[in-house]
This record gives sequence, structure tokens and C-alpha cells, in this order.
Amino acid sequence: MLSKRIIACLDVRDGRVVKGVTFEGLRDAGDPAALARRYNVEGIDEVVILDVTATIEGRQARLATVRAVASELFIPLCVGGGIRTEADAAALIESGADKVSLNSAALESPALITTLASRYGSQAVVVAIDAKRQDGRFAVYARSGQARTQRDAVEWAREAEARGAGEILLTSIDRDGTGQGFDLEMTACMSEACGIPVIASGGAGALEHFVDVFTTGRADAALAASMFHFQSHSVSDLKALLATRSIPVRRTRTC
Amino acid sequence: MIALIDYGAGNLASVRKALIAVGASPVTPERPDELESASGIVVPGVGHFAATGRIDAAWRAALRAAMARGAAVLGICVGLQWMFEGSTESPDTPGLGLFPGQCRHLSTCEGATASSALKVPHVGWNSLDVRRPSALLKGIETGDQVYFTHSYAAPLIAETVASTTYGWPFSAVVARDRVAAVQFHPEKSGDVGLRLLRNWHRAV
Repeated sequence: MLSKRIIACLDVRDGRVVKGVTFEGLRDAGDPAALARRYNVEGIDEVVILDVTATIEGRQARLATVRAVASELFIPLCVGGGIRTEADAAALIESGADKVSLNSAALESPALITTLASRYGSQAVVVAIDAKRQDGRFAVYARSGQARTQRDAVEWAREAEARGAGEILLTSIDRDGTGQGFDLEMTACMSEACGIPVIASGGAGALEHFVDVFTTGRADAALAASMFHFQSHSVSDLKALLATRSIPVRRTRTC
Repeated sequence: MIALIDYGAGNLASVRKALIAVGASPVTPERPDELESASGIVVPGVGHFAATGRIDAAWRAALRAAMARGAAVLGICVGLQWMFEGSTESPDTPGLGLFPGQCRHLSTCEGATASSALKVPHVGWNSLDVRRPSALLKGIETGDQVYFTHSYAAPLIAETVASTTYGWPFSAVVARDRVAAVQFHPEKSGDVGLRLLRNWHRAV
């Protein structure tokens, strides 16, 4: 049976993992490669690096971060943040990323999704959607939550799928870093509307939140950052709980 | 020498890194005749079946010659699909035909459960059902989980060593003599994947 994936997210700025609340007030959470190593040992299923560094120098440093993290892992690695062009994506994939996550650039030029899917396959293209509840719908925001777009999250996800996206990474801006739990209604809406896997993000703060997002929220995978970084809960404890609730998870063993 | 075939289907960094981790020293040949000195050949692949079309007649001949003198071959993901007769993903692109049958889309195969909820691509960790003993799977058991990411899959055949079920059961590992292939990504499947690569490399 296909397992529900638990994904650790490393939000990186200038080579360090940082984490804020509702996309603001960043604090330091450590060295990316060291965190990746720890999560791998604990049995994480996948790692996402989201680098919000915008400068050219920062982007070169980002490639070094990706190489350092990739060298620690024999599990899937997805990298996002600031990918504007096919060349940006190619540099990350050559540095060890298995997938790239597009956000603002896909909103501005949706054809980039198709370009990358044609070159690397849909499995390598994740479309990240940052959404906020507004006026009774799920409004899409660009530029790390700074710029509201006219798009509806579910409609945008369906378009991204049609253009070749292999997965949707859906983040609730309202819940990000709050620890109040995932936005279950938004996640379920998205999962029902999409024929590709949906990764739920934003709000994980307790182990029970993952039970909820995999049942009521119908998520295929769930991502967390703060909860794992600051060691309030371990990946292994989470998997043990999910298994007791009959939610299929990957067991790790040395063989 | 372990040859890692680069036909432009995605990047080879992850496979190369995993092969090095299990003690191999992979090289990426630029010409078919370089396969003459290969004791093991890895055909990786992500993406579209049509990309295998770049493995042209000269490469195919070199591969067959290497196999004829006993070189071990390992196909990964699209590399496995290419070792079958073909795929409905690209009907005009012939497979190598080392294993019988056509690869088909996960949602359209015979025996597929009528489930509109089946999401394709099949992405994530799924379990192996070991069907017969194989040196390739030494230390790997039914229930062990490996990482998949694919939309097409190969049927169950006599050479199926392990299967996985997603909608319907398909070949996860096939092997005959010195030819083996896996639908999942051993380079992305943690300790289980490294174990399989180590088993393969030891036998090369």
C-alpha cells in the first residue's frame, strides 16, 4: 500500500535554516545539512529546501546548500524558492535536487511548468501554492505571501496539473508556523479536485494534526518545519502514532 | 567498470552518488564502444519513454554485445520499462524486448480497480511483495518500502521477482540471468535501495 509521506521542510536564508510565523519573524533553526542528517536518521520520507534568498550571491550559496544536503540523503529532495528560469531549475537539479518547486514564476509564466515537465518529467515539477482564506475562497499569493493574485487556489492547481505539474504543495498562509493544525477544509478541497498528489503544509504543531490531515484533509503527504526543527516532536514518534491509527506510513529498518 | 548510460533522461547525479556509496566507480561512456570494457551497465531514467529513443541502434548493439559476453545490466524506472517490448506512452519507440509485454498507464491497465481516486503519477513509498528468491533481493523482505515516481508500469511476468500494487499489481523487480530491472528508484529508497544496489554490484 502506498504510504502517506512525512516531509521535513528546511526554509533556508543565507545558508541557514530559518523559520517564522505566518511568513514573518524569522528565527535561526540550524545548519541545513545537519538537520537533513537528523531527519534522515529519524525516518523522514522526503526533504524540501525552500530558499528565500533573492540575491545572485545567495543563489550560488544555495547550490552549495543543495549539494551539502543532497550528499546526506538517499531519499527524495525537492528544492524551491526563487526559481525564475529553466536554467535556475537545471542548476538545482544538477546540484542534486530530484524535484523543483515553482511558485511565483509559475504564476507569472505558467508555460515554465510545461517546459520543465517536458525536459525532466512531471515527477520533477512541484507547483507550490501559498493560499489564504479570503472572501469565502482560497486566494493565491505570490512572492512569499506578499502579493495577492486574482487566482483561486483550486483552479490554479487544476491548471498547473494540466500544464504538467506532478505534485501540488499547498501551504496555508493563515496557519503557517502557528502550530494550530493544517487547514483541513482547504486541503480536502484541493485533494478532491486534483488528480495528482497534494502535499499539505502550514500549521502542524501536534502529532494529531497529521492524523487529521491524512483523514479529513485527504492529503497524500504532509510537510512540517517548526515542529521538527525545534524538536517538539520527532518523526519517529509521529510515524508510530500514525501506524496505530491505521494510516499507512513507511517503516524504516536497517537491512 | 560500471557504465552509467546517459541518454538525457533527467540527471544522473543521484544514481552516481548511490553507486559510489555501495563501492562502485561508475563512469558515463560517451561512445557505444566504451561498453566493451564494462562488467556492469546501469540504464537509469526518469521522464518520458520517448527519451529512450536516443539509445540508438549503435548503443543497442553495444549493449547486446556486452550482455552476450556476460556483463550485468540494471534498469531503473524508465530503464525497466525500456527492457520490455514497449510502452503505450510512446508506441513508436521500441523497447529492447528483453522481457515480454507492454508497459501501460497505471490508470488504464487491465485489472485496474475501478477507482477514480487513483492519483497518477504514483508518487511515494510503497511496499514490495517478494514473489521468488533472488540474489538481488538478499536481505530485502515483503513489506519493505521503496520510493516510486511513475505513471506507466510493466505487467507481471514469469521473471517478476517482486511486485507492488497501486491500483493493480505490476512488476517492481524483474530479473533473468544477468539482466535485472527495478521500477522504483533504489538511489532514493534509503537503506533498502542501497541494499539492492550493493547486492547488484557484488554480483557484477
